[in-house]
Amino acid sequence: MEIVALQVLNSLFYAAVLFLIAAGLSLIFGVMGIVNMAHGSFYALGAYVTAWSVAAAGSVLPPAALFIFLLLGAIAVALVGLVIEPTLIRPFYRRPEEYQLLVTFGLLLVLEDVIRLVWGGTPLTASGLVDSVGLIEIGGLPYPVYNVLMIGVGIIAALGIWAFVYRSKFGVLLRATAQDRRMAAALGIDVGRIYILAFGLGCFLAGLGGAIVVPSQAAVLGMGVEVLVMAFVVVVIGGLGSLEGALVGALIVSALRTITIQFWEEIELAALYLIAAIVLLIRPTGLFGRKA
Amino acid sequence: MTLLRTQALKKHFGDTRAVDGVDFVVNEGEFLSLVGTNGAGKTTLVNLISAFLLPDSGKIFIGDRDITHAPVHQRIRAGIARSFQLVNLFDDLSVLDNVALSIFAREGKTRRFLAPAERDAAVTQEASGLLEQFGIGAKAQATARDLAQGERKLLDVAVAYALRPKLLFLDEPTSGVSTRDKAQIMDTVSSVVRGGGITAVVIEHDMDVVFKYSDRVVVMHEGRFLADGPPEEIRRNSDVAKYLLGTDV
Amino acid sequence: MLLAFPALAGTYHTQLLTYGLTLAIAALGFNLLLGYTGLLSFGHSAFLGAGAYSVALMMRYLGVSSMELFILGGVVCSAALAALLGVVCVRHTRIFFAILTLALSQVLWTLAYKFFWITGGTDGLRVPFSQLSLLGGLVRFPGADAFPKFITSYYYYVLALFCVCTVLMWLIVHSPFGKTLQAIRDNETRARFLGVRIWRYRWYAFLVSGIFTGLAGILWVPLNGLVTPDVLYWPQSGKIVFFAVLGGFRNFTGPIVGAVLFNYLEVYAVAVTQYWQITLGVILIVLVTFLPAGIVGSAVRLGAKLK
Repeated sequence: MEIVALQVLNSLFYAAVLFLIAAGLSLIFGVMGIVNMAHGSFYALGAYVTAWSVAAAGSVLPPAALFIFLLLGAIAVALVGLVIEPTLIRPFYRRPEEYQLLVTFGLLLVLEDVIRLVWGGTPLTASGLVDSVGLIEIGGLPYPVYNVLMIGVGIIAALGIWAFVYRSKFGVLLRATAQDRRMAAALGIDVGRIYILAFGLGCFLAGLGGAIVVPSQAAVLGMGVEVLVMAFVVVVIGGLGSLEGALVGALIVSALRTITIQFWEEIELAALYLIAAIVLLIRPTGLFGRKA
Repeated sequence: MTLLRTQALKKHFGDTRAVDGVDFVVNEGEFLSLVGTNGAGKTTLVNLISAFLLPDSGKIFIGDRDITHAPVHQRIRAGIARSFQLVNLFDDLSVLDNVALSIFAREGKTRRFLAPAERDAAVTQEASGLLEQFGIGAKAQATARDLAQGERKLLDVAVAYALRPKLLFLDEPTSGVSTRDKAQIMDTVSSVVRGGGITAVVIEHDMDVVFKYSDRVVVMHEGRFLADGPPEEIRRNSDVAKYLLGTDV
Repeated sequence: MLLAFPALAGTYHTQLLTYGLTLAIAALGFNLLLGYTGLLSFGHSAFLGAGAYSVALMMRYLGVSSMELFILGGVVCSAALAALLGVVCVRHTRIFFAILTLALSQVLWTLAYKFFWITGGTDGLRVPFSQLSLLGGLVRFPGADAFPKFITSYYYYVLALFCVCTVLMWLIVHSPFGKTLQAIRDNETRARFLGVRIWRYRWYAFLVSGIFTGLAGILWVPLNGLVTPDVLYWPQSGKIVFFAVLGGFRNFTGPIVGAVLFNYLEVYAVAVTQYWQITLGVILIVLVTFLPAGIVGSAVRLGAKLK
C-alpha cells in the first residue's frame, strides 16, 4: 500500500515536469500557431545549464542555496528563446506550416549538437540538490523531500500560469492575440511584442521542466527528443493549445507511464501511443483541444 | 419538380440568429438570386445546405432524400455543388487541371494512379470545352495563381460547374471585380448555367445584377425570408425597399 | 555513364553511389507526401527500419536468402505498417501529422531497442551478403573475395529498381490520383467540396510512400551488412527530410538530387568534423529561409528567368 503511495508521488512528480513542458508547447501554439519542434531541446538545455551551474557553484555555495539555479536554468533558456524568436521564428509566420516545422526542426538539430559540443557525452548530475533536503517517511518508507517540493513547484506553476493567462492584464492581451491576431493588431496591440514574450515564457517553462528534473535524473544526450515525444502524447491526449489539456494530459500520461513501467516495461511508449490513438479516434483534437 | 426543400432550418451562433426557421424551396431549372443585407443569413443558409455547417434544427431534402446530416461527399453525390465568395482554387495547378480535377472527381476516376492525367482524352476535351465556354480557354495552361481576379472568379464557378450538379450555389460570383467585369462575368455564368440546364442559386449584393439575370428573387432579412418572387414583384415590395434598398416607397 | 560506372569508378565509389540510390528511393517515397500531398513526416525512418529489419529477421529466423523474397516480405511489412500508422496519423491536421509521425517512429525505435532478444538490440542483426542471392538464386557471392563482385552486381540490381521506382512514381504523380493529392495539398476545403474524401487519399499516399521508403530500407541493409535500432532513430528521419529540402521538394527530381548529394556530403563531412548534425541543422535553416525551392527548384527558376 505504501509502495502505491510512493508510486503516486513519483507519478505526480513526472506529471509536474510534463505539465511544464506541455504547457509551454501549448502556450506557444495557442498564441502563435507554431509547434516548436525544438521545444524538447529547450528542456534539455535547461537541464544541462542547471546541472552545470550547480556543479560549478557547488563548491562555493551551501546546498540549499543551489536551488536558485533551478530558476536560473529556466531563465537562461528563456533568454535563448527571446533571441531566437525574432531571428528564426518571426520570418516564418506568414509562410506555410511546413516551413515553420522545418525551421524549428533545424533548430532542434542545432541545439542537440550544441549541447553535445558544450557539455560532451557524459551525463551531468545535480543529485547533491536532492540529497541536501533529505528524506521523508511515507508509511514507513523513505522518500526524497525533493520530489515532494517539486510537485509543489508544479502546482504553483499551474496556478501561476492560470492566474497569468486568465487574470492578468497581459494575459488578456495574450488571449486576444491567440484568438484573432489581426483583430488584436487592429486594436493597437503590439502583436510582435506579445509573440516574443509568449515564446520566451514557453521556453522558460520548458527550461524549468528540465531544471527541476535534473537533480533527480541525470542530463543525458537525447533527453530532448525523448521528452518531446512524451510532450506530444500529452498534447495529443489533452489537446494542443489548451492549458487544462496540458494539465490533465500530463496527469494521465504520467499515471499511465507509471503503471506500464510496473507491469511491462518494454511497451511503455507503445502503450502510451496506443492510448493516444484511441483518444484521437474519439476526440480528434484531444480532450480539451480546439479545432484548428 | 422540387429539387431542394428545407424545413424550419435554424442556425444560431450564440445570440445571433443567422438562419431562423427557413423553408426554402428550389424548383428544377430555376435561376434564382438570394439577396439580403450583410448578416441576413444568406451565406449561412448556403453553408448549411452545402454541409459547410450543421444546422441546430430543421431538415434539408434533395428530392426525396434527407441530407440534413449527410457529410460533404454525400451531398456532392446527391448533386449539390458550390463556388466560393473568396476564390478557392488549386493555386499551384494549371487552370485546365483545376477543372479536369472536378471532372475526375465526378467520374470517380481520382484513384487512377498509373496513367498520366493528360492521357484521358475525354476528360481533357471536356475540361478544355468548359474553359472555352467560360471564356478562359486561352489561359488553360497558366497556373491558377497567375490569373486576373475576374478570371479566377470564372474559374471558381467553372470548377463547381464541372461537377454537373443538379443544384449549383454561387456565392457572390461578382464580388471583388470591377463593374465592367461584373457584367461580363454574369453574362458568361448565366448563359453557361442556363445553357447547361442547371438549377442555380446565386448569392448577390448588386441589385442591378439580380434584377437583370434572375427568374426569381428571394430576400432574406435577419435569418428569415422576407420576400420571394419574380424580380418585378420584389421591386414593388415596400418591405424589401425599406430593408434592402434603404428607400421609402 | 551510369551503366559503366562500376568499371570506371571502382568498388568503393560504386558502393557509395549504391547507397545514394537507395536513399533516393526513400526520398521519392517521402516526397509523395511532402511535395505532392503537403504532409511533412518526421518519422520516415520507421519505414527504412521496417524494410531493413524485415530482411534481417527473415534471414535470421526464416533462413531466407533470396533478394526477391526479401523484397516481397519487406514490402508487405512496410505496407502493413504504413496502413496501420496511416490510420492514426492522417486523420488530423497537418501539424498533428508531423507530431504523430515523429512520435510513432520513436515508439518503433524503443521497441527495436528493448526487445533485444528478437532484434539483437544495440548490436543489431547481421545481413551478410554471402548469404544473399539475386535474381532467384542465379547470382550468389561465395568465397572470400566476393565483395567486389557483390558490389558490382548489387549496383546494377539497385540501379534497375531505382529506375523502376522513378518511372512508377512519375506515373503516380502525373495521374489523376496524383493531381488529386496536389489538390488536397493546395486547397483542402475545395477538394472536399469536389467530393474527395480527404483522409482516405492521404492514407493512400501514406501507404505508397511507406512502401517506397520501405523498399529503400530493404535495399540498403545488404549494403550495410548490419541493421541496428539506429536506422529507426529520429536523425534518420531528419536526414530524409533534409534531402528533400536540399534538392527542393516542390519538384520531382529535387529529392533524388538531394539524396545523392547528401550521401556524398555526409561521407566527406563526417571525415572532417564531428559536428555534422549542427552543420545539417544550420544548412536546413539557411535553406528554408533563403532557398526554399532547394537546389533543383532554384535552378529551374533561374533557368526560367534567363530565358
